[in-house]
Amino acid sequence: MTYRFSVNGAPVELEVPGMRRLLDALREDLALTGTKEGCGEGECGACSVIVDGQVVDSCLVPVCQVDGKSVTTVEGLSPHGSLDRLQQAFLEHGGAQCGICTPGMLMAGRAFIDDGGAPVEDDIREAIAGNLCRCTGYTKIIDAIAAAASPTSAAGSPAPPQSDPAA
Amino acid sequence: MTVTTRPPRTAPLPEAPLAPIRAPEAGETGLGRARAWPLRREGPAKLNGTALYTDDLVFPGAWYGHTIRSTDAHARLLGIDLDPSFDWSRVVFLTAKDVPGENLVSLITDDQPVLVDDEIRHHAEPVALIAAPDRETLREAKTRVTLRTEPLPAVFDPLEATQEFAHFAMNKGDVDAGFEQAEVVIEGTYRVGHQEQLYIENNAMIAVPRPDGGVTVHGSLQCPYYIHKAMKRALALSGDQAVVVQAETGGGFGGKEEYPSIIAIHAALLALRVGKPVRMIYDRHEDLAATTKRHPAIVNYRTGVMRDGTLVAQDVEVIMDGGAYSTLTPVVLSRGTLHAGGPYVCPNVRIHGRAVATNTPPNGAFRGFGAPQTEFAAEMQVNRVADALGMSPLDLRRRWVYRLGDETPSGQILRESVAGEEVLERAAEAAEFERIRAQTAGVRERRDQAGKSGGSSVTSSADVRSARGIGLALAWHGAGFTGSGEVKLASVASLELTSVGQIRVLTASTEMGQGTKTIFPQLVAEQLGVPIEAVEMAPQDTSIVPDSGPTVASRTAMVVGGLVIKAARKMREQVETATGSPFAESYQAFASKGGGLRIDEQFEAYPNVVFDDETYRGDAYPAYGWACAVAEVDVDLDTGEVTTRSVVSADDIGKAIHPVLAEGQVEGGTLQAVGYATIEEIKLADGRYLNDRLATYLIPTSLDAPRIESILVENPFSGAPHGAKGVGELPMDVPAAAVVAAIHDATGVWIHDLPATPERILAALHGIQPPPLPGISTVAPRSGTEAPSADDAGTPDEGLDPRPDAPTDPQPMRGPYNE
Repeated sequence: MTYRFSVNGAPVELEVPGMRRLLDALREDLALTGTKEGCGEGECGACSVIVDGQVVDSCLVPVCQVDGKSVTTVEGLSPHGSLDRLQQAFLEHGGAQCGICTPGMLMAGRAFIDDGGAPVEDDIREAIAGNLCRCTGYTKIIDAIAAAASPTSAAGSPAPPQSDPAA
Repeated sequence: MTVTTRPPRTAPLPEAPLAPIRAPEAGETGLGRARAWPLRREGPAKLNGTALYTDDLVFPGAWYGHTIRSTDAHARLLGIDLDPSFDWSRVVFLTAKDVPGENLVSLITDDQPVLVDDEIRHHAEPVALIAAPDRETLREAKTRVTLRTEPLPAVFDPLEATQEFAHFAMNKGDVDAGFEQAEVVIEGTYRVGHQEQLYIENNAMIAVPRPDGGVTVHGSLQCPYYIHKAMKRALALSGDQAVVVQAETGGGFGGKEEYPSIIAIHAALLALRVGKPVRMIYDRHEDLAATTKRHPAIVNYRTGVMRDGTLVAQDVEVIMDGGAYSTLTPVVLSRGTLHAGGPYVCPNVRIHGRAVATNTPPNGAFRGFGAPQTEFAAEMQVNRVADALGMSPLDLRRRWVYRLGDETPSGQILRESVAGEEVLERAAEAAEFERIRAQTAGVRERRDQAGKSGGSSVTSSADVRSARGIGLALAWHGAGFTGSGEVKLASVASLELTSVGQIRVLTASTEMGQGTKTIFPQLVAEQLGVPIEAVEMAPQDTSIVPDSGPTVASRTAMVVGGLVIKAARKMREQVETATGSPFAESYQAFASKGGGLRIDEQFEAYPNVVFDDETYRGDAYPAYGWACAVAEVDVDLDTGEVTTRSVVSADDIGKAIHPVLAEGQVEGGTLQAVGYATIEEIKLADGRYLNDRLATYLIPTSLDAPRIESILVENPFSGAPHGAKGVGELPMDVPAAAVVAAIHDATGVWIHDLPATPERILAALHGIQPPPLPGISTVAPRSGTEAPSADDAGTPDEGLDPRPDAPTDPQPMRGPYNE
């Protein structure tokens, strides 16, 4: 069976079994190893990617379900290996430690921001609740997403995080 | 399967340079976190998906490896049957007799085989290996293997175990006289179970045969030279033939300290036989079922005090469950024993520790390394004494805490960098401990009175069903290796100025998220007066870097970082002496003219730090880190559920080389401790872990995580050139007892066994039968044979396993460990 969809804006045509995991298609067929496998059963979120604006665990999504859709992975966040505003905020706030949850965390953060999410701590905690991190205690990840979500800062220079909507 | 189109690869080989490694400019960031410190060296690669972890590495033609594991806890291996209907020439199949060197995983005690030869000693023990050219063949082959075994009696309860891995004893003063003098004696037994490290990247290793007959392994690991040593012995290789290369490593926490050695040997055995690279990538289920956990422990504690709060005697017995093989257990027990008294001066102390063998998977290193278990018990005792005397737990600690010149139970005089008092005050003040404690006490009193005057008013008030509490705990953590460990390690770190003027740090210290690759260049750049970008890190490859010892025991910044600084000072002096001008201006010319320079700096014993392994007396550690945590919780009185609202942690780490990274360690360690306190528990039946999946072994999510406020305190240690005492483990030692104290403050009940689950809290609140003790396997009834009773505590067997088929399943690991 042939499936056609887009990955990071580029068209893809894959001839694979329909139940092949999107995760394997990305990592093995398309050599996009930025997306990680942590548990293989949808508990950890390390394999999170964005499909048509929705964050999904790519270990639970068969390729047949993304036929005709648009998939974004960590490699698609910014071109040419540079860092986008969210990635830069992670770097500056210490949001990445061992880095293995980071690609998935970035996808959850990106979807949250693209959806109009505000730099409000509780909302961010909710948005990344499906992504496990064992290194950071989440504090600096929340700070980073809040900084990137802040509408008041200029692009490329994340503003301070807010823990309170009224702040 | 064919791939007809590929999207352009956007990630590797960027056209534009990666985001610069630089400190944010003034005004770029407003609030505090991103300060003027070097940004994480490998951060950009981790953030844009180009960092290569083991499973991301491509070796064309690689085969897939798999481990056949035991399904018995204790048994005689009679034989291995291979289904004759399968064409075994399609795969490589290896057993113990195929191990060319000694069949053991070299560590401390020579007891753990690479593959079982005769006696299976724990569930999920490696018995045979298979490699196949593709996953489908591998899947098929592994279902055609049957282990023929004869069950042997198994030991699960450490109190019934007869084999001892290690024991230690410390005595100070006259304990019996101390208890005679005591006006109040508080006793307690505290039990903690297994905890999984739960790095998000599973264990992974790829072995590649070398032209010289040896093998190179690329893997997720903490200690390249532990693996190097183990490979040499098991595979009968020379030092040059065994090469260990660290890939990007997705977390370790001790879980990749010793276990990667056995995976490396397995992968290497297969690769040498196949003649091609072999990938040994564990999935989460196999990683949880087979690899090491934190040691369960039973701590019996007696504390004798006077009515005025004077501490007069401590008597502590520590029993740790090592599992089936020794691994690092003697050292874990030693650290646990040395920390068991807590950071308090006491005239009469007796601490006995022993670690025993059970037929459960071996336990090993995990952040804190024995200290979280015993310090939980120690802090529970302090809080219970305060409760019994009607004193503030803060005031009691103010009286007891070690001060300069005090003597520990091992006879060590604390000569410097003693900051228990400071972290206590800093955390208590920031968390407003006494003010909130007075509030929660008032609420509890009103609730108790309402309860006494008739239940209706209680249920009518919504806020009464949830109770707020605050708790405090204090900890110390010995810096670096225990006892004479650092002297025996004699680590080497090197600094190189190459002939092309490149400055390179050569150490075996690995980056696993804690920041090695950022702080070493930072330390060197500071010493040499050059920009941090001018300092490179050599890869963690045993053919390139010297043995700097393992990346464990919070020793990297303190010990290896100290060596790196000393090497940089020597390099600067030599270059400046030769050129007569500042290093930064002259080193490139010096290098191109003189052909470069290499400084090898070896660890020398810290002055006046002496520990006698024979008598177990002396300076157990050259210095100590100190930490205080204050936790606030809400307890749902209907469900017993605990929400940890906030933790304030003040940590004296000597010197915060890089405050953002150090805070990251405190925040992460604190959350692991909160998980340990509230939700993380491995349940066992027949010596097998039951919740060996991420769906059933829970760790805190962002919604479970409290707000964590980290206060870094700096009391430098004179033996380290920068004063650092390490930060990795200290924050793990202290919060569990603070959380349980907060649960007590909220509810009035003490929980002695971790984790403080809703079941344990409700049992304590309502005086009903608690769930089974943590850390001890139950024995499932067997059909056809005499059913052994459940353990001696009379704990029920039912309701243990989240999966309905498991407790009576005679072959629980059917279809195991699919890759």
